[in-house]
Amino acid sequence: MTDNILKIEGLCKDRGKTRVLHDVSLTVSPGERVALLGHNGAGKSTLIKAVLGLIPIEGGSISVASHRPGKGAARSATAFLPEAVSFHPALTGREQLSLFARLSGERADVPGLLERVGLADALDRRIGTYSKGMRQRLGLAQVLLGHPKVALLDEPTSGLDPISRQDLYAIIDELAAGGCAVLIASHALTEVEARTDRIAIMSKGHLVANDTLTGLSAKAGLKTRLRVRAAQDADAIAAQIGGSRINGASVEILCTPDQKMIELRRIAAMGDAVADVDITPPRLEDLYRHYAREELK
Amino acid sequence: MIRFLAIARAEMRILQRNRWLLMATVIMVLFALALTFAGSAPTGSLGVDMLTVSVASMTTLSVYLAPLLALMISFDAVAGETDRGSLGLLLSYPAGRGEVLLGKFAAHLAALAFAMLIGFGSAGAVAAWFGGAGAESLIALGRLIATSIILGAVFLTLGYLVSSLASSATAAAGMSAGLWLIFVVLYDLGLLGAVVVDEGGVFTRQIFPWVMVANPADAFRLWNVAASDGVALTSGMTGVAQALPAWAAPLSLLLWPFLGFAAARAAFRRVEP
Repeated sequence: MTDNILKIEGLCKDRGKTRVLHDVSLTVSPGERVALLGHNGAGKSTLIKAVLGLIPIEGGSISVASHRPGKGAARSATAFLPEAVSFHPALTGREQLSLFARLSGERADVPGLLERVGLADALDRRIGTYSKGMRQRLGLAQVLLGHPKVALLDEPTSGLDPISRQDLYAIIDELAAGGCAVLIASHALTEVEARTDRIAIMSKGHLVANDTLTGLSAKAGLKTRLRVRAAQDADAIAAQIGGSRINGASVEILCTPDQKMIELRRIAAMGDAVADVDITPPRLEDLYRHYAREELK
Repeated sequence: MIRFLAIARAEMRILQRNRWLLMATVIMVLFALALTFAGSAPTGSLGVDMLTVSVASMTTLSVYLAPLLALMISFDAVAGETDRGSLGLLLSYPAGRGEVLLGKFAAHLAALAFAMLIGFGSAGAVAAWFGGAGAESLIALGRLIATSIILGAVFLTLGYLVSSLASSATAAAGMSAGLWLIFVVLYDLGLLGAVVVDEGGVFTRQIFPWVMVANPADAFRLWNVAASDGVALTSGMTGVAQALPAWAAPLSLLLWPFLGFAAARAAFRRVEP
């Protein structure tokens, strides 16, 4: 018995003569939220389509709830939110969701689900009249349909306003709390930072990192940035504490996280010469850039 | 089984919403009525009732219109969903690709059947009212409606085939137009040319009827002609019909929807959304 509900091992996928996925291995356990990051064309959507069994793969293996992708049991266990989700404009939200419910063989509370995603008013309106955000919400409603064991969300926040994003992550947390393994493909780095348990980074079809945010930071050895604003003479401060002057009034110091307090004490010792200090810990952006660049070498 | 019905139900609703059902029915009624009135002249000279003449004219009409309507409805079935980006989500549900296609086919065929029934039925009723109808001409009308629906079914599946092969809905529309032209117009022209060149040789007597009946549109024509003396008389297609055994045209026409569906399904399987 394995703990991982979604297991990808050595996955390879060719598109024409180009290999678009190189030996990708990734697992997600029940209740875990994993962010899959990468810029456009890194292979995130291709990976998700392979897990859904929508496209044939050239190598490796995938198992979804112990089934091969594309098998009936695997599809029943999986929920999918495509990037820029779209539906037939002539159907209403209720009809579309009822169709999905019948296809998955679930007795679903369609009005309840639509209310859950804030579409109660648009229940019987045609999807053609929906805004992009509303379509995205409808897409989310069909993810909640049928209590999935694995949820694959491709750019779920695209087209959503900030409040809708909050709602979206609340729903994702709810799914995970119910034991669903959630894989979120995104390039909105700051959003997933606090909302996921683990981060996998893809670059040019390779999986270049797969760890928790802290783990990734430690491995990358990224520096914390201290920006010191001088009260009068920036050059004098630069000379005294090292670092580089970035404009007329500020000096920037890069240090490892464990060096941070030592540097701060030195800065504090200078007294009135320092007007302000900003501390920026390494961000996901920096991490992403680090891992994506490392792969290029 | 329930799944394909769910898809059929949604597709049927879409056909009602986008007015396709209404338009197709109106087109069928108008054309059928126009032909019935325009074609009522030779009744006296041929000694048949008005409904028989009407069925003969409507057979000619249906050869063109049934494939056209069927292709218009089906070319978008796969390519449209791919374009819109909704196919991936649909296929991530437990319904198999065969079931998805079958569901669409069931809805589209039902819509087509409705349009045919109303169109030919109303024209037939008008012809019978004004010019009289016998048992034979009523059977001919029923046969016309049934075979038109089967002919429509053939071109629905061919539409799904090009829809799966095409890279976009626009390309699928273009390919459908080409398909229609080949099956309905160019095929017969080509055969006609071959017969003229052959000058009554082996090709004309032995091979030509079989090649002709292999085309579903011609099989449809031959079936309607061969089965009714009255219709044959008024459409002047008795030569070919007599050269073939009676089962040839029905077999060809009944086989085509299955062949077409199998080909469409095979092509749809290879579609990567």
